[in-house]
Amino acid sequence: MTAAIEVRDLVKRYRKGKVNAVDGVTFDVEPGEFFALLGPNGAGKTTTISILTTTLSPTSGTVRIAGHDIVREASAVRHNVGIIFQNPSLDMNLTGEENVRFHAILYGLYPYRALYRLMPSAYRRQIGELAEMIGLGADVFKPVRRLSGGMQRKLEIIRGLMHHPRVLFLDEPTSGLDVASRRTLWQYIEDLRRHREITICLTTHQLIEAEDANRICILDHGRVAALGSPREVKAQLVHERLHIDAADRGALRRQLEQMKLAFIDEGHLVVSLDGRSAYEVIHAIKEPLTMLRTESPTLEDAYLRILASGDDA
Amino acid sequence: MRELNVVMALAGRDLLKFFRDPGRMVAAVIFPFAMIFLLGGTLQLNLGKAAGFNFISFTFTGFLGMTLFQSTAQGLTSLMDDRQNDFAQEMFVSPVSRYSIVVGKILGETMVAIMQVLPMVIFAAILRVPLTATALLLLVPVALLSCFMGGAFGLLLLNTMSDSRNSNQIFNFVFLPQYFLAGLISPINNLPWYLEVVSLASPMRYVIDLARGVVFAGSADYKRVVLVSPVTNVAVLALLFAVFMIVGTALFVRRETNR
Repeated sequence: MTAAIEVRDLVKRYRKGKVNAVDGVTFDVEPGEFFALLGPNGAGKTTTISILTTTLSPTSGTVRIAGHDIVREASAVRHNVGIIFQNPSLDMNLTGEENVRFHAILYGLYPYRALYRLMPSAYRRQIGELAEMIGLGADVFKPVRRLSGGMQRKLEIIRGLMHHPRVLFLDEPTSGLDVASRRTLWQYIEDLRRHREITICLTTHQLIEAEDANRICILDHGRVAALGSPREVKAQLVHERLHIDAADRGALRRQLEQMKLAFIDEGHLVVSLDGRSAYEVIHAIKEPLTMLRTESPTLEDAYLRILASGDDA
Repeated sequence: MRELNVVMALAGRDLLKFFRDPGRMVAAVIFPFAMIFLLGGTLQLNLGKAAGFNFISFTFTGFLGMTLFQSTAQGLTSLMDDRQNDFAQEMFVSPVSRYSIVVGKILGETMVAIMQVLPMVIFAAILRVPLTATALLLLVPVALLSCFMGGAFGLLLLNTMSDSRNSNQIFNFVFLPQYFLAGLISPINNLPWYLEVVSLASPMRYVIDLARGVVFAGSADYKRVVLVSPVTNVAVLALLFAVFMIVGTALFVRRETNR
């Protein structure tokens, strides 16, 4: 099956740039996958997504979206992608319906008519359905600026899906939203994924939003710092540790050395499990323990670690 | 057919946005009142006799040409500012030909500019600027040509400015000097040679002079006010429009794919 997104050795250097904003990035996204591009500000996320959505040309490397080359077949790529921008892309002076109508015409779905009532009945039916789907109802005919931030975002997503794109790009979609709007927006995106076979490519610097992704790609200084499922990235980057102590700490130390386990003394012993399970290690220790705690790092720990190592570089 | 729908949609959107923006509507009424009645009127009272022509008609035609030209040109340059905002982002990622974006935007801004000058024409008629039926009819193609010229000029400008340059800077560097070089409110019949050269390079000069050629046609003031015949102005504008359009569109499309 053709990959939904195929990126090979992508490099982007801006005209006046001294370093590459994107520096040899390679990854694939399978159809139907929820893929997250993660990284701090300036890591190259927005540059990458701009290239993937054909608004920026690459310096070198190749990118194919739904099998189409982004440089040679830009128009075909544009037909196959939907984009939710970081900044709101709705015309605030127009109604929700008018915003959707202009989108539909740009994508050749319907002919242009100056007034809603002159639009084909199929379009009017679709508007009714879409408005119901996001709980907007008759408010779809109100100027967009009177809608809540969360509702505006949903309207943008609905609009972005009108032309049935194979890949939906979400560029920091929850920036500027309050906690409640964020939650309902994510529930909504989750529902969409369940009901439509759509590939989602999300960029975010908020790790929590990427934890539900099938795979994540952490970018740092324009390079891939980690790539894989959240579990794999976690395993690659941070190892579980065991905090233990015994009445006879010296005996415990000797035993750990015999087992060839690395540890440090922090008032008690902190043991790196190094791929072994906690159970296996605890079971093998003969010395009676006075303290036992496992430290299971979160993905956030892994993420922070990458960011920290990037700063050192 | 699809691209035609897109052109109409883009143009329709500009017009709709204008009607939904009360600030711009009010400005379209207040601006001509201030310029023609207050500025033109006071100039006429104080300098009219000495100048030997009607200053109200002079300022009316000046502001008419300037508004048509500048409003369309600035509408086009906003395409760059808008890139990061509102619906324009959508437009650039949609599978729409860049040529359709250019044509749709010029047509839309042309309609907006014409809407903006309608109150100006009404004010002029109230202030007894001699507007014959023939002149009014001729002003329609003149207005369209002036707007297209402004659109092509704006398109060229759009490609020469960096993304960070804001519209205020463009106004100060590009439009403000043309007010004086194109004879917006002050006659430019006599200019030192170096200013004459710059004036001849100002597209606004031909737009304003063409409007004056039509409005002052047949009046005694014609010779004192109009610089060259309307036919010459039309020829120069048509030529400039063609050159600016071809170069501007080529640069725009190239810039769009080379970003």
